[in-house]
Amino acid sequence: MKRLADALRDPATADGLDAEGWTGLIAAARAEQLIGSLAFRLEGRSLPPRVERIMEEARTSAAQWRRSALWEAEMARRALRDLDVPVVLMKGTAYAAAGLDAGVGRSIGDLDIMVPREALPEVEPALLEAGWEWVKPDPYDDAYYRQWMHELPPLIHRERDRMIDVHHTILPLTARVTPDAAAMLAESVALPDGLRILSPEDMVLHGVAHLFADGDLAGGLRNLWDQDRLLRQFGADKSFWVRLGARADLHGLGTHLARALRLARRIYGTPVDRVIAGRGRLSDLWFARRLTARDGWGRETRKLTVFAFYVRSHWLRMPPLMLARHLWTKWRKRPA
Amino acid sequence: MRHRFDLRIGPVGFRIGSAWRAPIAALGQLYRGYPKPVDGIADFTVRLEPETRWRRFVRPSVAIRGDFTLPDAAPLALAHGLLAAEMGMNLQMALGQRRYLILHASAVERDGRALLMTGHSGAGKSTLAAILGERGWRFMGDEFALLDPATGLLHAFPRLVSLKNQAIAAMEAEVAPDRFGPRLSGTPKGDIRHLRPNDAAIAAMSAPARPALILFPRFGFESAERPMGESEVFVRLTQASTNYVALGEPGFDALGHLVKSVPARAIDYPDTGSAVTMAERLWREAGL
Amino acid sequence: MAGPCYEADAPGARLHRSLDALDLIYHRPSGMTHMVSEPVPQILAALAAGPADAAKIARRLAATHDFDANGAEDAIAARLAELEAVGLVRRA
Repeated sequence: MKRLADALRDPATADGLDAEGWTGLIAAARAEQLIGSLAFRLEGRSLPPRVERIMEEARTSAAQWRRSALWEAEMARRALRDLDVPVVLMKGTAYAAAGLDAGVGRSIGDLDIMVPREALPEVEPALLEAGWEWVKPDPYDDAYYRQWMHELPPLIHRERDRMIDVHHTILPLTARVTPDAAAMLAESVALPDGLRILSPEDMVLHGVAHLFADGDLAGGLRNLWDQDRLLRQFGADKSFWVRLGARADLHGLGTHLARALRLARRIYGTPVDRVIAGRGRLSDLWFARRLTARDGWGRETRKLTVFAFYVRSHWLRMPPLMLARHLWTKWRKRPA
Repeated sequence: MRHRFDLRIGPVGFRIGSAWRAPIAALGQLYRGYPKPVDGIADFTVRLEPETRWRRFVRPSVAIRGDFTLPDAAPLALAHGLLAAEMGMNLQMALGQRRYLILHASAVERDGRALLMTGHSGAGKSTLAAILGERGWRFMGDEFALLDPATGLLHAFPRLVSLKNQAIAAMEAEVAPDRFGPRLSGTPKGDIRHLRPNDAAIAAMSAPARPALILFPRFGFESAERPMGESEVFVRLTQASTNYVALGEPGFDALGHLVKSVPARAIDYPDTGSAVTMAERLWREAGL
Repeated sequence: MAGPCYEADAPGARLHRSLDALDLIYHRPSGMTHMVSEPVPQILAALAAGPADAAKIARRLAATHDFDANGAEDAIAARLAELEAVGLVRRA
């Protein structure tokens, strides 16, 4: 929904909304997991009393997500502290732990961490020892996961009922783009408690990789908002853009970065480096449509566009032959 | 969405959209006279939509969606559309309510004080509250009671009473026929009929009450009662709350204060008449 | 042989409420509510004086409470392990 992106970019655009307008904006924001971000953007503004109430509750919710997320990170830290292994927080938890603008009001789900691939044989038992357990006991899925995916099979904590995703790189090994995980770990930054986060450039590029190379753009509006916040916070320093361009080349994400910058500029008015962003492409419009395909009832609209992106995302994640075999095996194993 | 119904139940406003007319017509009939959301801005949106596009017409299948959803929830048949709408509203409350601590309890009020009844499914709390609501008490709700952490007051949530199986006949004997919804058979919970709260309950829905007595009723046993300790009550109430954890510190304060300040009794009862008698007596004995 | 040395958050990180049979502890960093009985609240209070192992905690408690010191250290060690699992204490 364009109105949602506008309200985030410039809260004043929401001033003239009537009751229906607000109701629709709130439904769209919830559907896009952006209600917390919106609530903080609108904080302090003069709003209709009912809207103010809803926004206040959204800010309270966001504080709870944040607390839960940071607690999960802390428990993972305690479980892994005796191993001599760098543990890098990713995505929302990282933004919150580092106090970044991108973490303000952000909805945060599972804990995502990245460790070196060679550390997985130690990390896995340490987590199991500390109370996490496997979600899915299917051996085929397990073998596939370990060989090809960029993460351990999903783990959930038996008492706290929260999931942890342990990555060793940021995209599946079967994806067409293979970012340099070792380089990301090498450039990671330590937080006071010993956990780490990616460097600013890698943080942006991680988001870019997931926006295009991994997903069907579901959740893209929120991902792009993360980018807007990160780019505004880091981008004031000109040398950031130089490093960003270089890192993008290193990870093979140059084209995706350029498109992400153009989309952030188009949708959120993010100030971006024109050279790196490159020339606009006609397909930018298609992407922008996909990202804003949400109506005032919170439903996904523009179904054909959405479907096209779904197919595209699988094409990007897995070479066609592997995709066929994977789906066939899963089909054969369905209960009769 | 093609069809729409907006309403307020207690302090919570809902916007309900539907791809089919029938559920909306049923809601409009049973919730006639309920106020609209304050200032026209709903707290939650519920959507009743086809699971897949062709299920709008062929063996219509109602998926319950909205601001908060359970991704693997099974859809319902269109004949159970009213039930789907009720479940949709319940889901928004269970997953999204952050201002009030939700207690999975029925409640009735007298003289500004509230009697709460909580327990497992089938314990009879819905029916008891509905009956007491016809016997001089003000019905506040059959499934959710909303505790305001800021004030300690209980707020009414008088949605349609969901009567199951035997309870249906019990209430049909007490209440005028025009307050009932259709009989829905073959639902996941057996036979269901919805009952519209009486006019007194609807008129007073915005008046909160101070919690004064908590009962844990158990149907199908010889009349008996025992006091319940604070720890036991606390555990039972957290189990009965869908948002205690999400509320954090205010929830801890509110629930802790409730269990320390409000007496609680477990009661066994063989029939509703006995339960009503016991409840009235315990209320008097508590000096209320 | 000394067991592991533990530490707890400062007392302000927890809210305490006594009920009839048990105590409630709300742990602010985790948002979790724990129902505990003796000697858990006492162990947490004893850690306010600084990190300690089970033996040291037993000595701190003996200085301020009346209790049977026999087997106390083992019981305290067991409680500490449970508290570690739920995050109320951590290895120092």
